[in-house]
Amino acid sequence: MQQIINFVLRNKTFLLFLLLFGLSLFFTIQSHSYHKSKFVNSANFFTGGIYKTTNSFSQYFNLKEQNDALIEENKKLRTIIFNLELDTLRVSSIDSTLLGDHYRFTDADVLKNSYSLSNNYLTINKGKKDNIKQDFGVITSKGIVGIVDNTSNNYATVLSVLSKKNRINAQLKKTSHIGSLVWDGKTEELVQLVDISKFAPVAVGDTIMTGGQSAIFPKGILIGKVESFSLDIGGDTYTINVRLFNDMTNIGHVYIIENMNAKEIKSLQSQSDE
Amino acid sequence: MQRKSNHYKVKAMNSVTINSLLRFVSLVLLQGLVLNHVNFLSYINPYPYILFVALFPINNNRTLFIFLAFLLGLSVDFFTDSGGIHAAACVTIAYIRPPILKFSFGTIYDNQTIKFSQIDVGSRMVYFSILTLFHHLILFSLEVFNISDIILILKKTLFSSIFTIILCTLFSILFSPKRK
Repeated sequence: MQQIINFVLRNKTFLLFLLLFGLSLFFTIQSHSYHKSKFVNSANFFTGGIYKTTNSFSQYFNLKEQNDALIEENKKLRTIIFNLELDTLRVSSIDSTLLGDHYRFTDADVLKNSYSLSNNYLTINKGKKDNIKQDFGVITSKGIVGIVDNTSNNYATVLSVLSKKNRINAQLKKTSHIGSLVWDGKTEELVQLVDISKFAPVAVGDTIMTGGQSAIFPKGILIGKVESFSLDIGGDTYTINVRLFNDMTNIGHVYIIENMNAKEIKSLQSQSDE
Repeated sequence: MQRKSNHYKVKAMNSVTINSLLRFVSLVLLQGLVLNHVNFLSYINPYPYILFVALFPINNNRTLFIFLAFLLGLSVDFFTDSGGIHAAACVTIAYIRPPILKFSFGTIYDNQTIKFSQIDVGSRMVYFSILTLFHHLILFSLEVFNISDIILILKKTLFSSIFTIILCTLFSILFSPKRK
């Protein structure tokens, strides 16, 4: 016993180093696995509060761009509304009215955004108090941004599409060939769409949108344009480079989508899996 | 006489503690709010917050030092949502600091009379470079977390290191007390 105590005392620096290094490795591994409730994240009272304070200053610097984006979005929405009125008959039977029941939108400000790491997170100023939970989708008027990961009372972190952990269901707009959206970590402008069948008629410039097979995003949220594509090594599927519509380096205002039926869909899927 | 010197000692201790505390907070804030968003060429960021580890008083006890380094790394991790990568890197360089000090400063370190402000810029830069390279290598290995991307890890380490070393040297020159 004496010897053990002596050993610990003699090597206390090394043991402390091992302990702390192990602890940080544990946090790191946790952060690399998908959706594990994490201790280290910026959606806490402290860092969230600091980010909020600094954001209240810095958001003035890109007000003009934000205004332009809003005007652009308004224009688009108005086009949709006026076109709707013209052919109400055709559209009323499909989604737009249903959309109101199934999906709830919340707006939020981005307090912090990163795009240089291999798993990037945004911090937003809405949290549990505003009914934001894990697995809600996050978009801007231009397209997809990411998925809510951790939440605190007032803040939430969003796992960006620029992350190696994410696999988002996506499809070609003109046909319904589906695949998964992943990121190779190379540049913040391009993401990769994999597992698209080789029979799909892919062409450069085609639009990619969300596929609606997940319970997170509704179908038809824009993602990006086909930049280039190649057949997989196996020769069965395409790997497509997709240029994002969103400029991920400059995101000020986002919308959070809650799928009201997510629970029902999930329980149904898990039932049929059994 | 004895009492007086003790009094001075306490005073000096206090000023060192306050200095370190201020340095800790300001470096973490600078890192979290400004330097993490530099993104030069979209992936190069400097991490000069390791100045805290580099310039921590040498005669102090090592357990406390390693623990503080861990806290430093963890605080930066909280800002970047990155798990424990900064903490791991900081703890490591804090642990291996004595041999690096010995290597870069040689005999001055053996005499235990080292004062960072009195060391010439050249050897200070060598010291920062070694610490930075170790730190960044661990940091980016854990961040990418994939051995097949070793080229990416090395690329990030190299370019960010250059940036960090320059900033560290500049800061240490700017904020060091004037030499007499």
